[in-house]
Amino acid sequence: MELDSKSPDGPIETRWERQRFNLKLVNPANKRKYTIIVVGTGLAGGSAAASLGELGYNVSCFCFQDSPRRAHSIAAQGGINAAKNYHNDGDSVYRLFYDTVKGGDFRARESNVYRLAEISLNIIDQCVAQGVPFAREYSGYLDNRSFGGAQVSRTFYARGQTGQQLLLGAYQALERQIGAGQVAMHPRTEMLDLIVVDGRARGIVTRHLLTGAIESHIADAVVLATGGYANVYYLSTNAQGCNATAIWRAHKRGALFANPCFTQIHPTCIPVSGEYQSKLTLMSESLRNDGRVWVPLKKGDKRLAAQIPENERDYFLERKYPSFGNLVPRDVASRNAKQVCDEGRGVGESGLAVYLDFRDPIQRLGKSVIKERYGNLFDMYERITGEDPYQMPMRIFPASHYTMGGLWVDYNLMSTIPGMYVVGEANFSDHGANRLGASALMQGLGDGYFVLPNTIGDYLASTKFEKVDTSHAAVRDAESQVAAITARLLGAKGTRSVDACYRELGKVMWEYCGMARNAAGLKQALVKIPELRERYWHDVKVLGSGEELNQALERAGRVADFFELAELICLDALNRNESCGGHFREEYQTPEGEAARDDEHYSYAAAWEFRGAGNAPVLHKEPLTFEYVHPSQRSYK
Amino acid sequence: MRIILHIWRQRSAGEKGRMVRYEVPNVSEHMSFLEMLDVLNEDLTMRGEEPVAFDHDCREGICGMCGAMVNGIAHGPLPGTTLCQLHMRHFKDGDELYLEPWRARAFPVVKDLVVDRSAFDRIIAAGGFIAVATGSAPDGNAIPVPKDDAEKSMDAAACIGCGACVAMCPNASASLFMGAKMAHLGLLPQGQPERERRAVAMVAQANRELFGSCTNIGECEAVCPKDIKLEVIARMNRDFLRAKWAGEEGVAGD
Repeated sequence: MELDSKSPDGPIETRWERQRFNLKLVNPANKRKYTIIVVGTGLAGGSAAASLGELGYNVSCFCFQDSPRRAHSIAAQGGINAAKNYHNDGDSVYRLFYDTVKGGDFRARESNVYRLAEISLNIIDQCVAQGVPFAREYSGYLDNRSFGGAQVSRTFYARGQTGQQLLLGAYQALERQIGAGQVAMHPRTEMLDLIVVDGRARGIVTRHLLTGAIESHIADAVVLATGGYANVYYLSTNAQGCNATAIWRAHKRGALFANPCFTQIHPTCIPVSGEYQSKLTLMSESLRNDGRVWVPLKKGDKRLAAQIPENERDYFLERKYPSFGNLVPRDVASRNAKQVCDEGRGVGESGLAVYLDFRDPIQRLGKSVIKERYGNLFDMYERITGEDPYQMPMRIFPASHYTMGGLWVDYNLMSTIPGMYVVGEANFSDHGANRLGASALMQGLGDGYFVLPNTIGDYLASTKFEKVDTSHAAVRDAESQVAAITARLLGAKGTRSVDACYRELGKVMWEYCGMARNAAGLKQALVKIPELRERYWHDVKVLGSGEELNQALERAGRVADFFELAELICLDALNRNESCGGHFREEYQTPEGEAARDDEHYSYAAAWEFRGAGNAPVLHKEPLTFEYVHPSQRSYK
Repeated sequence: MRIILHIWRQRSAGEKGRMVRYEVPNVSEHMSFLEMLDVLNEDLTMRGEEPVAFDHDCREGICGMCGAMVNGIAHGPLPGTTLCQLHMRHFKDGDELYLEPWRARAFPVVKDLVVDRSAFDRIIAAGGFIAVATGSAPDGNAIPVPKDDAEKSMDAAACIGCGACVAMCPNASASLFMGAKMAHLGLLPQGQPERERRAVAMVAQANRELFGSCTNIGECEAVCPKDIKLEVIARMNRDFLRAKWAGEEGVAGD
């Protein structure tokens, strides 16, 4: 299979403009004749469904939650990047582009990243107009802060709830279209398969979560905006419901899955407290703007933080990276935290945590300033741990947070299945091997508001659609496969709960394919995962029936897909014999212990093709070329 | 510690429900309330009994999906906290807790602790937005917003749409929810052109959904996990009255 990125060439500044001009348009009067399905209502899906509705398309929108406002984009805290240069500090579209390509460790497509940086400007404008209450200066103008490794102030924020406010903006725009009859909303409805007719995506099969009804929905194009797969680790900062089922089942229908091993571990999360733990809570990395990360110099030092004198503390990020200090990118911060814990210098009961200390900034700036900046985060920390971070340092540890990999898409965001588009975290497009802070919100909204509505018309206008109805053989086939999975899960009648099995998968993934990976471990994982999966299908216990609200059944289906995806992640990690971004292979590091890329052999996006259960997936390579930002060793020293 | 739970079990909207007693013997103080329910559910599953259905998703207090009455208080005894952020260290060994779903005519029970809150979405669809189509916005800094207004707007925008305010209100009024949205948008210059129309349209929809009226009791404010203040309801009333004087029409039953 030849992977055509459809990326325009020529000067990068004009690529998107030229592409828009070259794409075919759908006549305004004809738009209502096309039906588009949007799955997921986060920043990407919500903004896409709203914008497509505004254009006049017939939109059907789906989410598994009880309301489109619940999508997990709502939990993003820190902010959203835009190259406005409002602070006159040297920012520009080109610099945001440059930072994103470099931050992604040279594993993203330049054309896509440039476009993202360009439309970052429009996103802020759009959100302000919608009434997103961004932080303001006393003058009334928009406030910015610097964030997660950026040396300019380009992050717009709404307290510690930026994701919530941006999502509510998109949600309200979506509700407006629902009220106007342009969008038909299907909450509590989960996509369980993709309908492919004559090689084109023509609809989806869903399960209504309250009645269990299996239904098919036919459309002219399908947009997946179903988020990432960080929950493959069991514990992550994702919501309980976040899952890979939609993208995985689309993958099994022919969409290539790109760079699955590019997963991001966020450095500042509240550590695990017990076996019952169901999720990990992220503390915004804006905390690293003031907080100082340290561990005791001595191994196994069990004294309270306050009793450890200054000269017995190791501020390891400041020591190793004097120019970036505590603000090094996420992958670097996470790896270093793991390293000091592996050395036996971790803190807390489990020894799997490092301190994030606000003693010095509180002394320097006063408690009230710190409270104004981080009050809600400090409250949240205290609520969860019962400890007061104004009095004692926070304990933090890295946790699985975001996945840069996802379904392969071309420049127009279309997958390898014609008519199926993938937006937001669910695709692989813009962040390479590591995502910078405050860039996920930018990409989700960029894809949904400004890219997809411009590109999808080209496909619709240039395709002749045969009439398809729900009696079509392809529809029947997809429905019966869905029913078979449900029957198999309910019929296993085993001895173990879904979560008991799921936890084991998570442990294997975290141990062998987490912050650091090596060939021997990955090979072990590739033996263990199929064993666990086999056991799961025989030994899982799901009560109740498929014809009612059955939360265990929902979860069981999602976990079944994680068991398959996990194997592909490990395979991809084993194939990529280099370290880059969030993918750190212990065999490939510089003498100083930093990630060592191998541009000669691995400067490509690894796109995997499903070849049927039991068959090895086939690797296709999209070579990456860098005409503007020349690959260099990332250095934050 | 050992916790005794009495949980409302109801198979479906059409069937009768009842309280059922359960014991959770080994509750750690570090568990969240929902993690305790996870442990109960795992135990029930192993015993062959159907687990308790409850809505939840982000488990960090922001998605607004979780919620139940705990001993008659929406989201439990800790102020400013959603059920998922309530940790068991606030309870003691041997405590008996009564868990019920949100109770309101506009929020019918779906199963056990799960209710249907889609009425909230329909209220937003009726007018809880600024009608700006994608692409037609001016530069972000072309619309300066005084910092104090932006802060107050943000205070109101923090609403997570969980429905605790409705569940706790003796009238099952959605006024705090609606007032929060009207304050969020109405405090900003961008929200002015539609301010009156918004008030009338949202109130009309709430009436159609059979939410009750506000009689200034204040239970909603007391249980709101995001500390939304009663004054947003006063603002809503002002917006609504002004709209009526200005001749906005369309409120059912007024």
